[in-house]
Parts: sequence; C-alpha cells; structure tokens
Amino acid sequence: MAVYVPNTSAEQQAMLQECGFADIRDMYRDVPDSVYLTDLLNLPEGAPELTVRRKIEAMAAKNHVFPHIFRGAGAYNHYIPSIVHTITDREEFKTAYTPYQAEISQGVLQSIFEYQTDICELTGMAASNASVYDGAVAAAEACEMCHDRKHSRILVSGAVDPNTLSVVRTYSFGRNVEVVEVPLKDGVTDVEALQEMLTKDTACLLVQQPNYFGILEEIEPLEQLVHANGSKLIMSCNPMTLAVLKTPGEYGADVAVGEAQPLGLPLAFGGPYIGYMAATAKMMRSLPGRIVGQTVDHEGNRAFVLTLQAREQHIRREKASSNICSNEALCAMQTAVYMAAVGPEGLKTVAEQCAAKAHYLQQQLASVGLPLAYDRPFFHEFVTEVSDAERVLKALEAHDILGGLPLDQHHLLWCATEMNTKEEIDEVVRIIKESGVEA
Amino acid sequence: MKLVFERSRAGRKTAYFPALDVPAWKPETPLRAEAPRLPELPETEVDRHYTELSKQTYGVNNGFYPLGSCTMKYNPKINEDMAALPGFTGLHPLQPMETVQGALQVMEDIEKYLCEITGMDAMTLQPAAGAHGEFTGLLLIKAYHKSRGDEKRTKIIVPDSAHGTNPASAAMAGFEVISIDSDAHGFVDLDALRQAVGENTAGLMLTNPNTVGLFDPHILEITQIVHEAGGLCYYDGANLNAVMGIARPGDMGFDVVHLNLHKTFSTPHGGGGPGSGPSGCKAFLAEFLPGMRAVDGKLERASRSIGDVRGFYGNFLVVVKALTYILTIGAAGVPETAANAVLNANYMKEKLKDLYPMAYDHVCMHEFVMSLEQMKKENGVTAMDIAKALLDGGIHPPTMYFPLIVHEALMVEPTETETKETLDEAVALFRQIHEEALRHPEIMAEKPEKTPIRRPDEVLAARSPVIRYAFED
Repeated sequence: MAVYVPNTSAEQQAMLQECGFADIRDMYRDVPDSVYLTDLLNLPEGAPELTVRRKIEAMAAKNHVFPHIFRGAGAYNHYIPSIVHTITDREEFKTAYTPYQAEISQGVLQSIFEYQTDICELTGMAASNASVYDGAVAAAEACEMCHDRKHSRILVSGAVDPNTLSVVRTYSFGRNVEVVEVPLKDGVTDVEALQEMLTKDTACLLVQQPNYFGILEEIEPLEQLVHANGSKLIMSCNPMTLAVLKTPGEYGADVAVGEAQPLGLPLAFGGPYIGYMAATAKMMRSLPGRIVGQTVDHEGNRAFVLTLQAREQHIRREKASSNICSNEALCAMQTAVYMAAVGPEGLKTVAEQCAAKAHYLQQQLASVGLPLAYDRPFFHEFVTEVSDAERVLKALEAHDILGGLPLDQHHLLWCATEMNTKEEIDEVVRIIKESGVEA
Repeated sequence: MKLVFERSRAGRKTAYFPALDVPAWKPETPLRAEAPRLPELPETEVDRHYTELSKQTYGVNNGFYPLGSCTMKYNPKINEDMAALPGFTGLHPLQPMETVQGALQVMEDIEKYLCEITGMDAMTLQPAAGAHGEFTGLLLIKAYHKSRGDEKRTKIIVPDSAHGTNPASAAMAGFEVISIDSDAHGFVDLDALRQAVGENTAGLMLTNPNTVGLFDPHILEITQIVHEAGGLCYYDGANLNAVMGIARPGDMGFDVVHLNLHKTFSTPHGGGGPGSGPSGCKAFLAEFLPGMRAVDGKLERASRSIGDVRGFYGNFLVVVKALTYILTIGAAGVPETAANAVLNANYMKEKLKDLYPMAYDHVCMHEFVMSLEQMKKENGVTAMDIAKALLDGGIHPPTMYFPLIVHEALMVEPTETETKETLDEAVALFRQIHEEALRHPEIMAEKPEKTPIRRPDEVLAARSPVIRYAFED
C-alpha cells in the first residue's frame, strides 16, 4: 500500500498495546458512536504510483497548451530560465515550514530579505512584506491598510483588473467598507470625476499602472488630487514594467502592490501566483503578513528573523493588521531567483521587448482593420475594435494561437511579450486578414 | 553568508533573450530615473548562492519535524512531478473552456473527494491558505444571515485555545469576537458556551481535535447549542489529519469548513507557502460561494456569490498535488493515515509523560502539549531552551508557546509518515535534554551551539527594523 505510513501492521499493533489501547476504536474513545465512521468513504481505491501517474497525465493531456499566446489580462507568458525551477525545486526550500526557528532557517529568511530588497528597488518604496496570496489580494490588503473609522470610503479606478476590483469588493464586504468605482474616460481614470468623488471620508484611491487595458495612466494629476484631499494613493503595477517605468515611489504613492507572476512564475491556470506589497516607511508597521528583518545573533553575527510581529494574528489576534499566516514564500524566492538570473539589464530587456512587440502587433493589427480602441500610450497590452471577436479567435485557434481576450463581441484585449516572435505576429495578422474579419 | 547583493558585480550577466526582431519601443510616458539595483551575477553565482542558502534551511526532507498544528508530513515526490506537467503549468487561466477540460476535471474531482471527506456539499478552491479559507467561510456565514435579514448576528464565538487566525479572520469579516474559556480538560466549557450564545450569535469557530490535541467529546452538544441559538458552526480544518476517514465535520454538525491542503493533504509548505485552503459548506450555503467552480466541464459562479477572495481559481498546482495524494492513498488510506498520526502521537506522549508533564493527561489525537512551567519555576529552564537544545540534536523543535492557555507549552505533532525508530530517537533526545537541563540548567540558555547562527536578537530586529539591504552608494 502506497499510503506513506511506514510502520508495519505488526509494529502498529505493538505500539497500540504499549499505549494501552485495545484497538483503534479505543484510541478514538472520545469520538461519539453516532459520528464514528464504520465504513470506508466513497473515494477511489488507493493506487500505486505508476497507476496514479497515468491517471493524472491523462487529465493533463485533456488540456491544450497553446504554443503561441497573445493573451494577458492578469496572467503573462514569459520566458523562465531553467535555473529558476532548479533552485525552487530544492527540497530544503520546498519542504520547510514558515521559518519560526531562525537558527536553522537562515536560508529561507535571507531569501525573503533579498526578495523584500528587490521589491523595494523595483517599486521605489521603503518597505516590503514577504508576499501575500496574489496581486488582487495585495490590492485588497492595501485598501485595508488605508482605511480607519474616519476614512471608510475606498475609491477604485474602473480600469483596474476586474479580479482585483472583485476581491477588493469582497474584502470590503467583510469590513463593512464602501467601495466606489471611479468612472473611465477614454480608457483611463476620469480625473474630473475623481475630483468630485474625493470626499472627506475617502481613505484611498486604487489605480493600476499600466491599467487593465494596457494603457499608461497619467498618475501625477491623480496623485495631486488624492493627497490634497488627505487620502492615500495605492498603485497596482506589473513589476516587470517597473524595470523601465516611473516607479510608485517616484510618483509619491503610499502603497505599491501587484501581481509578481510575470517574474518567473508559469501561467499554471492562475496559481500559485504571488502578490507583492510595499509601502512608505511611515506605513511600514501597517503592512500585513510576514516581514523579515536583519539583526545579530549572540555572537554578533549577522542574522535574519521574522520581525515586527506585533502586527500579526498570532500575537494580536482580533486586533491584528491582517489574518494572514501562510503567504507565498517559495513563489517569492522564485521571483528573486528570476531577478538574480536576468539581472537589471535582463529585466529591462524583457520590458522593452514586451513593449516593442506589443506596438508592432498593434500596428500590424491596425493595418488589417483592427484599430486601437483608445488612442493613448500603452505598454504591452492594448484593446482593438473588431467586428466579430469570436470569428477572429476561432481562426487563430485553428492555427494553435491564443488570441486576445474578448472583452465583448467587438473588443479584444491583446498582449505581447518577449515570447512572441515577429514571425508569429506576422502569422497572426495573415490569418486575420485571410479570415476576412474587420472592425 | 554573503547577501546576493554583496556577490553582485557590475556588468556580470547571462544571456537569456534573443535580440529584438521588431522596431524598438519609443516610450511616450515618464520613465524611472535610475535602474533598480537588482543583483548582477553570472548563473554559476546564482546557483551557488541559493545552494548555500538551501544548506541553511531545514525541511521535512532533512529530518524529523514535529511542529505542532502544522502537520509536517512527508511530501510525496510524485505530487511534484504531476504539478509540473506542461499540460497544467502552461495553461492560461482565461483560455477557452473546451481547451482546459483536464484542469476542470482536477477541480471537479478534488471538490467531490474533499466534500466526501468533510461531509460538506460544495467547496471553493479559491482560498490560497488556511487563514484565507477561514475568512471565506466567515463571509459565507455573514452572507447567509444577511440574506435572511438577520443582521443583528454580529458575534463570532471563539474558544481561548483557538489559533490566532480565527479571531483575526472573524475581525476581517466584520464580526465582533467573543472569546470563551476552555474547561479544566481543555474542552469547550458548555456552560460558558450556553451563556455566550444568543440572538446576536453569528456562529462558533472551532478546531476539533482542538489546539491542545484533544477530540472534544461534547462536540454534538456544542454544535446543537449554537444551532439552537440560530448560529452556524465553523470547522477549522487545521487538525483534520487526526480524524479524516474516522469522523466527518459535517456529521458533527458543522456547516462550514476550511482545509489546509499543505497540511493534511501532503502538499509542501515551501518555507511559508504557497498553500491552499479550500472552503466547503453545506448545501444551504453553496449559493454564496466565491469564485468559479467546475461543474460538468464548465466554470460556474454561484447565484448569490460573495464575489472573489483571490484572482482566478486559487493555487491550482497545489490542488493538483493534493489530488495526486488522495488518488494514491485512496479510501482505505485516508483513515489509515489518520489512525497512524494519532498512534504516533500517543506513542511519543506515553514515552515522555513521566519526564515532561502533559498539559492534559488524556488520550491525545495527532498532537500533544507538554508544559515546562514546573521546570521553569524550579530550574529556570524554559520551553524555548528545550526547543533550542533540540536544534543541536538535529530535529526541528515542536511548536513553542502555543496554545496560549498552556504556560511554557511545547506542542508535538509527529505525523503518520515517521517510523517507530525516528520516534524512539526523538524520545531519547528529549529525555537526554531533560536530564541535561536538570544537571546544568545554567548552560541551557546558550543553546543552540551547532547551528549556522546562535540565538538571534529579536528585540533589536523589532526596535530598529532593517528590512531591506542598504546599498553602499
């Protein structure tokens, strides 16, 4: 039996006797008869490894992995150097628990400290936590950081990822906090509308850069309005783009968050992913979750520990800044290994190639009758108009290409990354042209 | 050990990306003033850096890890291979449904199996960790009362022995937390519970077996008291490993549960995640579940869904690992796993209880709690000292100072995947340390001595926080 129970039946019997139990039922004497299961559950019969492997492989084979992907919308197809999984597959990292015992956990602790530094460098912020579940949760937790009794209204740009907006709303249902969506004008946050919506009780504005439609928002006027009102600015950013774009720190944001999947994590049908969170020094102690800090041991050697724990649930219970316990530590390491491997120059190359390929794709699509929906600067995603989204996507799928995400029947949200070659882009355009679909 | 930034040298790099084959991007937007100071290393240095770090990390692979309430069982390697299949890792979460039928089958199958194990009717895989599952379950309770116009139910009852995440999750869900004392045996005090419930009670959160490792024999009365007051019962699945296949939360009267796939269902914990914390419920709550569920090969949202607690469908690859595990151990393996987890714990407890006073002298489930209170009084040796001495002995210490209701607590959870010899060796080490503590109490505060660092100064870390590397400009 492959149940990972090493002790033989004879050994188990001997142990039962040594403990003074007549049998298993006796050991479970506190379990009332009425709930004690006397039959096996309705589950498949256990199976040897080879059989299970075949079953799961058959499930994987029922999926279709597209070799050519032009879809992002919160999940991005990037090249992941082999070194990344080689490191994160190391069993010591994989099978460790949260580093409660610092003396034998310096490896994990140091890797998180390095990750925190990377995130601070990318975002231009002073302090980073050790990660949360994903980018959407990071945004929701950031909103939690900003509100208090006098400031219970959260403004969210209508151009944030719909997953993010939904999670922010769900978290706010918990705290009984009001979430109001700031309308859009021409694909970006409407500054005039924002001005009217900024009330005294407004805690913060959450804005995404580049926004859900790939467009680069003009952050300065937003920042000025929000801060003049005494509210906080939360920026949600794809960290890959921060290799080149002006950082949340430079814009004066109070909290920076985002989905760090683009930094070395596979698409993986949506998870595990990793939410990063960084804040100004002033807001450091409001960050949720684990934070690793540097200290010394009793002999004066540099050492790393979990720190600022007075914020956390195991100390503060219902008064904690968040309930988070487990985070996405191995994913954090994965992004840190990715960043160490590609380096600042490599990450800049990725960002610039993403933008360049997206712009080339956009021009080519425009040439076959799929014009830009919003004539604004974008990064590596953009929306085109199209007469029949479904037909375009079917035509592309027939050639093993995953096209842009249909926002509705007449709009597609496209994405290009360093993975897409010129040849591939030209092929997309040729197929669309041949399909005869225009805007 | 050098930090990765201290190994960095300007200009060092590895070529991963081909040259640009389209016209270069011309930015029409503000750019950052300076490049981020990410490390610059050749791949060999990256590899050696992290290999060094791995040597200063202790996982289940390295040895015994009896960390109470964390269920550090063996993480089977087949699970990892299955989660690494390109047919799973290469899927975009927004692909057409007909191209992800295998992934939907994974979600549908595991939901069915986990519902069978817990006695629930529906489950969401969206929560990414245990605390996240708690928050989700509490929102279900909130949505339920709200849907009935019963909005005065604002209080969640939590025993004082609960994990800190319970009250923290309840607060996040907007509830007021009512803490009730445990009785002298560590069980829920029924009279205290009867007094606490009322028309304001939204529900009760309970871990069973509880956090002192005991199965509450009054469980049916407890859930009945809460139900009669109009509240719902929430089952914290952190300790399910003790009773899966033996008894089901659904049969005990619980309405909502969360599970920790990274505890009970053998997926690795990764030094703090990614985990997975599915949240399950009885049929009458299913209409409120968050996210998309796989139903008959399609993704569907519940009719009165609370929304989403995370993007997409949760930590999908972790779910693949847990499904692999369930298919491997199967119907007979599930209770066999639980019984051996409980047996291993009782075996260690029996071999230690003459030296280490048990907080509760009672048949334990998958873990037990010892109290070093007397030792501390008489010799000044603390639970922390014993834990640190265990580090020198080469095993991971038990959970320290939890639950809060036991002074100088050490909570031991051996799990079912350990051999009798491993347990015997650990027992011998515990006994040897006890002897040493009696004979030389003065040296115990110096432990550990053989680890990569000695005891760190945690007060300094919190008082003057250094939480990122300071570059020499």
